[in-house]
Amino acid sequence: MIDLTCRLLVLGAGPGGYVCAIRAGQLGLDTIIVDAGPPGGTCLNVGCIPSKALIHAADEFHRLRACAAGASPFGILAAAPTIDLSATVAWKDAIVARLTGGVAGLMKAAGVRFIAGNGYFLDGKTVRVETAGGAKTIRAETIVIATGSAPVELPGLTFGGRILSSTEALSLTKVPDSLAVVGGGYIGLEIGTAYAKLGSRVTVIEAMERVLPLYDEELVRPVARRLAELGVDMLTGSRTTGFDQTAGVLAIQTPAGPRDLACERVLVAAGRRPLTNGWGIEELRLAMDERFLRVDNRCRTSMFGVYAIGDVTGEPMLAHRAMAQGEMVAEIVAGKNRAWDRRSIPAICFTDPEIVNVGLSPGEARAQGLEVTVASFPFTANGRAMTMGDDAGFVRIVCRADNRLVLGIAAVGAGVSELSAAFGLAIETGCVAEDIAATIHAHPTRGEALQEAAAAVLGQAIHFRGRG
Amino acid sequence: MALVAVKLPDVGEGVAEAELVEWHVEVGDVVREDDLLAAVMTDKATVEIPSPAAGKVAWLAGNIGDAIAVGSDLVRIETGETAAATPAEPAKAAEPEPVVAKPVTQPEAAAAPPPAAAKATRPVPAAGRVGVPRPEGERPLATPAVRLRAREAGIDLRQVPGSGPAGRITHEDLDAFLAPGVAPTPAMAPDKSVSEVKVTGLRRTIARRMALANERIPHITIVEEVDVSEIERLRARLNEERGEAAAKLTLLPLILRAIVRAVREQPEINAHYDDEAEMLTRHGGVHAGIATQTPGGLMVPVVRHAEALDLWQTAAEIARLAEAARSGKATREELAGSTITITSLGPLGAIATTPIINHPEVAIVGVNRIAVRPVWLDGAFVPRRMMNLSCSFDHRVIDGWNAARFVARLKTLIETPAMLFVEAGP
Repeated sequence: MIDLTCRLLVLGAGPGGYVCAIRAGQLGLDTIIVDAGPPGGTCLNVGCIPSKALIHAADEFHRLRACAAGASPFGILAAAPTIDLSATVAWKDAIVARLTGGVAGLMKAAGVRFIAGNGYFLDGKTVRVETAGGAKTIRAETIVIATGSAPVELPGLTFGGRILSSTEALSLTKVPDSLAVVGGGYIGLEIGTAYAKLGSRVTVIEAMERVLPLYDEELVRPVARRLAELGVDMLTGSRTTGFDQTAGVLAIQTPAGPRDLACERVLVAAGRRPLTNGWGIEELRLAMDERFLRVDNRCRTSMFGVYAIGDVTGEPMLAHRAMAQGEMVAEIVAGKNRAWDRRSIPAICFTDPEIVNVGLSPGEARAQGLEVTVASFPFTANGRAMTMGDDAGFVRIVCRADNRLVLGIAAVGAGVSELSAAFGLAIETGCVAEDIAATIHAHPTRGEALQEAAAAVLGQAIHFRGRG
Repeated sequence: MALVAVKLPDVGEGVAEAELVEWHVEVGDVVREDDLLAAVMTDKATVEIPSPAAGKVAWLAGNIGDAIAVGSDLVRIETGETAAATPAEPAKAAEPEPVVAKPVTQPEAAAAPPPAAAKATRPVPAAGRVGVPRPEGERPLATPAVRLRAREAGIDLRQVPGSGPAGRITHEDLDAFLAPGVAPTPAMAPDKSVSEVKVTGLRRTIARRMALANERIPHITIVEEVDVSEIERLRARLNEERGEAAAKLTLLPLILRAIVRAVREQPEINAHYDDEAEMLTRHGGVHAGIATQTPGGLMVPVVRHAEALDLWQTAAEIARLAEAARSGKATREELAGSTITITSLGPLGAIATTPIINHPEVAIVGVNRIAVRPVWLDGAFVPRRMMNLSCSFDHRVIDGWNAARFVARLKTLIETPAMLFVEAGP
């Protein structure tokens, strides 16, 4: 029996799903969106937003601690700070509530119906939702799978007790004395850095030979240096072999031999897995690309009328990619001619210092057989970086050697995440190095480093000797 | 000052004339001794004629494609101080002259005004703004707004030339492309060019022989499917045993061995038919022509006495001849005297072909592509490596039944490869 019908049904109200639903509503499509949790998905509730709130609070606390230790370069002295982490978490929760409420309001304004509950595919056109008020069967012309991803659990390190996923790590009410972070990817390092700044003794255990293995070494070096300054212990090439919940002892196999690490809490940040089951998706027998749902350049799955967007469709598992896909799918369903034609998806690590990467690294470009010119400009030669008391890092630009088309821009440094807007714009609009070099960049800003790096590609940097 | 006549030398046994395929010089050119003057062709071998003296070319014997009699004047060269005082560009004579593809302007195209010219009021993109053509396979570069406009207008941006830096497609480029009446881009324009290519040399020889064979011989073509799973397994095993160092054994030597076996039982297949004398000449030896694609065209080098070669010798000989034919080093002897021919297009081998007999032979074996196909075997479909043989016969001297028997025998021999290696029974 069919309780509800609609033109478009979106499963999952994360950044991909809610953007898709709002755009569909704006375009006049009769749209229903289903999610068991509050709108916003991982990103708003337990991911991007909460982690950035915690990182910011930790930075503030860390600065005050430096002032108290007489280590502030600005001549500020302060009494030793204390932190009430439950108050921090309450502040963070208020931000989350404001944002999820905002999303709910936007969906409503766009005429989208939100149904809270777990959805389950009955067939490619029909979904049953277990709501608080009983089961509802929804029949839709078109369905979008936007079910997202969840933290990967490691064998022997089942979530619970002292063992945290990123979700729990963002809601602790007390700063742990010691924290072991299993996984040296961006999630582990972001949260690990925050707790190190809040006063935890942090140990990072990474199976690969270096942390952030997905970023090139040049970009990671300033981050590794800062982690060492913060007293974070890095165990690379190492694996956990077991955990004693009562004693709080983590057994680790390091290249130097086995080692027992006493730790109050263990954060397992070993990556995320797409949620391709639990919604009855497996019953549809959709074509897969390894663990992801296979989609074409219009996000169509192998079943007619079923689309998929976001983390279930592959790497990079990033909110802004899901949002762009969601918007595109809504427009396709509304009859517009759209296809995925983006040149780049920015990636950011909110570590200390931050890393931004847009487009190709020099190695990736060369692997594609392209001849490239690479130039970088260090923040040690940037006035604004000096006045902020943090001149670590640089901006690096990768251009085609023959026509200086910008292929990739990366930066590492304090606050460089905000530069990602300029980097993305340059690549998406097809800028050549001359375009950036000839654009007046306001002084004094960190953004000048982008202009100078572009000029360095042309051999014309003003504030630096030599070519990057 | 003296005039030296360069005569066409005797370029091959029993050849009375040769076809002129290329002039390396023209009248007025200054040549040095040993500079190449011309290329002539006999049957299937091309011969370069060098200059015996230094001087200035005064006269050429004819045009490309003309037949020149052996011993007649080919080139006349003025020698002596007055003629060749200072050879300004001695190297020029050695440069090959372009002899083919003279573009001819269509009178129609010249007479009618170009459509764009009629609407002179609309701005047409200046030549300088069109930008360089995008290399094949490179993604077009455009801002998201231009991409969106193009998509909504149903335009494939790969067709739009970009005038911006790095070939970026601007809004103006799109405007120009969308404007009605503007001449389409080069990629989309109707191509009205016509070029005439004089058929000379090897191509002319092939053309004449094909026409002769097709006019005179009533062909019967039989297509039969052959299960090559076993022989392919054997071939892989032999290659494995032989190791990396040796040249890989292809299927061709094995098929040739099957032909040797089959014609032993049907000698009328390995024969020449002289239709004017009405005489069929059967050959004891199997001289197998191997149809070979070369840069110049089809050549048929001949494996002599295939019946006396073992498998690896056959393989080596086929490889050697193919290389000689492709590099133009095959001798006249290596290109004549076949008694039966094999033609194979390799991976392009198609499902079936209708091979033309290599006159005056009476049979040709065409080898088609191997493909894995489902075969009904012992109550189930099983994947087998299947290949078709397309064989043509001269129906004047080979009856359909005999032709079919020959093809059936080839099929049996190939499908049961052990039979290729055991001596036949009584």
